[in-house]
Amino acid sequence: MYYLGIRYVRKSARGDLSETKRGIQFLRPEERAHVSRGSLLLRMELRSNPEMLCVVRNAVGELTAKLGFSEPDCRAVVRAVDEALTNIIRHAYLGDPDRPIDASFHRIDAPKDGQSGDALEIVLEDNGVTANPEKMCGRALEDIRPGGLGLHFIRECMDTVEFTRNNGRNQLRLVKFLNVQAPQKGS
Amino acid sequence: MQIAARHLDKTTIFDISGDIDLATSPQLRKALLRELRELKMPRVVLNLAAVRYIDSSGVASLVEGLKASRDVGSRLILFGLNRTVREVLQLSKLVRIFEIYENEEQSVAS
Repeated sequence: MYYLGIRYVRKSARGDLSETKRGIQFLRPEERAHVSRGSLLLRMELRSNPEMLCVVRNAVGELTAKLGFSEPDCRAVVRAVDEALTNIIRHAYLGDPDRPIDASFHRIDAPKDGQSGDALEIVLEDNGVTANPEKMCGRALEDIRPGGLGLHFIRECMDTVEFTRNNGRNQLRLVKFLNVQAPQKGS
Repeated sequence: MQIAARHLDKTTIFDISGDIDLATSPQLRKALLRELRELKMPRVVLNLAAVRYIDSSGVASLVEGLKASRDVGSRLILFGLNRTVREVLQLSKLVRIFEIYENEEQSVAS
């Protein structure tokens, strides 16, 4: 069983997946078959330097606006990517500012409510230490103390959050559906 | 991020501008804790009107400042919350724990 904090996926004796709670899915590498690779929009090879976060935020903000996301959704995607990179820098690379992070952005068709939906898929990969499920639980928001908010922000901002560890690399996959508003009648 | 400090009687006002993120939040944390723990200012007011972005580490710095203010019996006040800052505080469900005013006049008169 792989489990990760708030939500975990358990393979039963019958081989089916049972999912509990909410938040992040921790997948086996072979379970990533559904991970699509639509049209590549942007790829970034970054260093784990916090000074670069503002550069990434600006790029993601421009990209999401270009794709037609609403302003709140643009801010949500920017926030999720920023928090995910912050987690990689702090927890996977333990603050080392010179380690590699790969970020790729694809436009994909992903399953949504039994149909196919237009979405932005973001994949962040690093070679850092394995995520510790105990530390990836987040925390109850009623517990007022510094820290532990990053995962909560990511979960709230994205439609899909999946984590995989494969061949010594951590991979975080984030998906946000494009909710294009239908034109009003008579316009 | 830039922090400019002003002093009015027993109040310190920090005018903060730019992005508060992993790279800059330690600077905010340090400034807050110095004012509250070392200088023991009775009231520390943060002007957040020119903050363009704040992440979870920035929110954590604010929470740490709030805890420090409670420890030493002083007040930490926020004002000028723009949409971005308010959105993040609402997302973190922490809006209710901070003392928040619309503008500097209200903050200083409180």
